[in-house]
Amino acid sequence: MSKMLHDTRLMFVRNMQHTLRSPIFIFASMFQPLLYLFLFMPLLNHLGGVPGLPAGKTVDVFIPGLLVMQALFGTAFVGFSLIDDIRTGVIERFLVTPVKRPAILLGRVLRDTVILLFQCILITLVAMPFGLSVNAGGLLLSLLLYALIGVTMASVSYGFALIYKIEDPLAPTLNTITLPVSLLSGIILPLVLAPIWLQDLGKVNPFYYAVTAARAMFAGNFQDIAILEGFIIISALAILVFEWGLRSLKKMAA
Amino acid sequence: MVEDLVIETKGLRKTFVSKEKGKKKEVEAVKGIDLAVTRGEIFGFLGPNGAGKSTTQKMLSTLLCPTGGEAKVLRYDLAEQQEQIRQNVGCVSQAGGADLASTGLENLVLQAQLYGLDVLTAKKRATEFVERFQMGSFIERSASSYSGGQKRRLDVALGMIHHPQLLLLDEPTTGLDPQSRAYLWEEIRKLKAQGVTIFLSTQYMDEADKLCDRIAIIDNGKVIVSGTPAELKSNVGGDMIDFAFASEEIAHDAETLLTNKIDVEEIQAKGNSLHLRTKNGGNMMPELLRSLDAKNLEVQTIMFSRPSLDDVFLKYTGRSLREDERK
Repeated sequence: MSKMLHDTRLMFVRNMQHTLRSPIFIFASMFQPLLYLFLFMPLLNHLGGVPGLPAGKTVDVFIPGLLVMQALFGTAFVGFSLIDDIRTGVIERFLVTPVKRPAILLGRVLRDTVILLFQCILITLVAMPFGLSVNAGGLLLSLLLYALIGVTMASVSYGFALIYKIEDPLAPTLNTITLPVSLLSGIILPLVLAPIWLQDLGKVNPFYYAVTAARAMFAGNFQDIAILEGFIIISALAILVFEWGLRSLKKMAA
Repeated sequence: MVEDLVIETKGLRKTFVSKEKGKKKEVEAVKGIDLAVTRGEIFGFLGPNGAGKSTTQKMLSTLLCPTGGEAKVLRYDLAEQQEQIRQNVGCVSQAGGADLASTGLENLVLQAQLYGLDVLTAKKRATEFVERFQMGSFIERSASSYSGGQKRRLDVALGMIHHPQLLLLDEPTTGLDPQSRAYLWEEIRKLKAQGVTIFLSTQYMDEADKLCDRIAIIDNGKVIVSGTPAELKSNVGGDMIDFAFASEEIAHDAETLLTNKIDVEEIQAKGNSLHLRTKNGGNMMPELLRSLDAKNLEVQTIMFSRPSLDDVFLKYTGRSLREDERK
């Protein structure tokens, strides 16, 4: 176990160094949510009062969903960096050392998660002047949920990168996953507004539960069962997908 | 004396399964290879592109799971004791595997840490290799700026950082300029002098010939012959001598004259030249010339060549390795 920690730390530091060498990309991957914040959220103000969007509280409903969007899209494309490492033989070089196999992925996923949390905090701060009121404990707890979403999406991205080993099919695959998953989670507008068939479709989407849980946490409704539901579903998904990614890594050496 | 075998394989096989249009397609990359590599030698694995060299090396370094057969590396079982093999074998792949976005030094330190060295020891070890491979002038630059030769030096240092007993090198000099190549050969010989066993795959005959103690020639997933370069070449037959004469008639007369000489294994006139193969061509030459002179068959030019590994390859496969190289 201590070797796993040791190796994971080495891999985390190595990947974090790479990221910090060109910090501009940390901000570039926040561009989409910030655009939504500045150019779309103002539209919601006048919609306040419809089901799921209480008047005067549209910001409080929108921001937790926006952070889920950041968690989904911000980490979905990390697989490209892995393809680079596969092509230059770096991953093979790691694999012939005694390094623990999960550490190779875990070090990357943790790096992505730390960057994601930094971005989430930054977006929350930027949203403050727009009238965001958030329960402090709820915000902290929700960060854990975003981290789990980050683990999930990063693992999906790495898993496909390890299978394809080239860039071309990776972007379409990831887009095919992220777009429906975000539309069906009520990030932009609450799904309560949707026709029944669309709501039903949303209910098979794990991230729908994440958005509902995040909104409950921001509002400080800690007795809401949706929070527990969200954590259980996303935790299970994160573990499942990470295992799948790990299998893809081990399959590279099959 | 019991030989100390560092690599021992029996019937090592690898079949890749790929799906094409729903149909499973099997490709036999390695079709049952027996190898016995002794401690302290430089063992060459010579063959054309696609012969199965890299696949075999990847199996030996635990990167690929064999489909069948047995293998022991440093007496550890390849199927059961991968951890021990990884800890004690060094490996340099064809791609090299240096992290180009980092500096060479960062690469070396991390690699040492991956083998379990603490950070201080890792830094010390890295510095040792920087001095030994004369990388001081560039090691603190990003590896993306290195020349081919510099990068190769870093790749080999990365494979050696944990002082392995066995080093697997996959085509280490492919694409290198002659100077870097000579430098690398020198380093490999030094490693041998320190007792490291080297298993080196190559598609270059001169590399196998000059650098390796023993070689196995691989083609189409199978070892076709193995031995020391000298043994292999002497198996092909004797030295080749080509005489050129002023005319076809003279060449023909010379053929008739020399056909019955002892030690002449093969003789054939073609146009105005005469081609013959003989054991110990160097000793035979004066006698052949005297005989020709005695009959006034005037020789215009003589070409003399010892058999090369290409002749060995040609004998066993019917193809020339040089032709494959050109493709």
